[in-house]
Amino acid sequence: MNPTNQLFTLAWTFGLMSLFAVGGALSAIPEMHRVAVETNHWMSDRQFADMVAIAQLSPGPNVLVVTLIGFHVAGILGGLVATLSMCGPTAIVAYIVSGTMERSRDAQWPALVQSALVPVSIGLMAASAMILGLSAGQSWVAAVLVLASALVTLLTRLHPLLMLAVGGCLGFAGII
Amino acid sequence: MVDPYRTRERPLKSDTAITSEAEAPRLVELFIAFAKMSLMGFGGVLVWARRAIVEQHKWMTAEQFNQTFALCHFLPGPNIVNLSVVFGSKFRGIPGAIAAFLGLVLPPVLIVLCLAILYARFGEIEALRRTLAGVVCATAGLFFATVVKMMQPIVKERSVVALVVIAAVFAAVGLMRWPLQPVLLVAVPASILIVYVIRKRAVP
Repeated sequence: MNPTNQLFTLAWTFGLMSLFAVGGALSAIPEMHRVAVETNHWMSDRQFADMVAIAQLSPGPNVLVVTLIGFHVAGILGGLVATLSMCGPTAIVAYIVSGTMERSRDAQWPALVQSALVPVSIGLMAASAMILGLSAGQSWVAAVLVLASALVTLLTRLHPLLMLAVGGCLGFAGII
Repeated sequence: MVDPYRTRERPLKSDTAITSEAEAPRLVELFIAFAKMSLMGFGGVLVWARRAIVEQHKWMTAEQFNQTFALCHFLPGPNIVNLSVVFGSKFRGIPGAIAAFLGLVLPPVLIVLCLAILYARFGEIEALRRTLAGVVCATAGLFFATVVKMMQPIVKERSVVALVVIAAVFAAVGLMRWPLQPVLLVAVPASILIVYVIRKRAVP
């Protein structure tokens, strides 16, 4: 594929995904994985998981995993195109809807739609966790680390970034 | 450019009253505030957004913030990006939306691009591969923990219908690996219908 085509593919893919990312960027991870690893073969499963992890390590909104994917496909321009496409359409929708909502304050449907979307976004988030867990937990040591990280997060108030740092150190030490 | 929402004046956004104009954040302030909260937000910006907007700058009350966030959460796409646009446009129309959005996204994108360059160059070095494998494990654990946290209220309420919807979406997207769009085009209307019917029954 030539570079312009790839930019177009990135724009189209993430522009569409933007409008279907119910519950935020992390819910879209299964779809990103499907597009980047399974359909387009842009990267390996491990590279995809690495990018999700790097996005968690860096500051800013979680959506920036698409910057990493875009960069991998088409360099700096690819990163920018992917980011803008993932944020742009939904930003425009948000702008329009927020204006409309001000006009009809007492409407009941927003609350209804919101509670209807909660289980959908939990299902998506669970799929995200599973996809990342599958590429992470290939050995039993890794699986134990995934479980430990989940338990520590649930039972203590340890900062997530520290949790990631501990994981990195254990990995560097060659435990996994 | 004419902003269609500018004509309906709200107390927050007034061109005539100088006092309230002084209280509304300027474009530069919007950009800087969102850049700051974005750069502090590791693993999510929301906490910092609330702190900056409600506690530090007092641009919104806690209740206003919650309402705005609820709207942004039910819209598709990255929630915090939606929040920046809605928030910025409330005070300064389209330019405000763009300033807040750029503040939120531009600085971390530059950082992430640097990391992407480093990853492309050194990603295959054995020590880095091992380290990242560890971070991936920890991240997967965080994600599982998030799912458990999100499910707690539903398990408490023993909402069987919600659990069925969760399981169905998980099976379709996670196990079957079906594309997201058709799954949501079925799941979202179905879930809305279910909630609607249940609420109708609850209120006779």
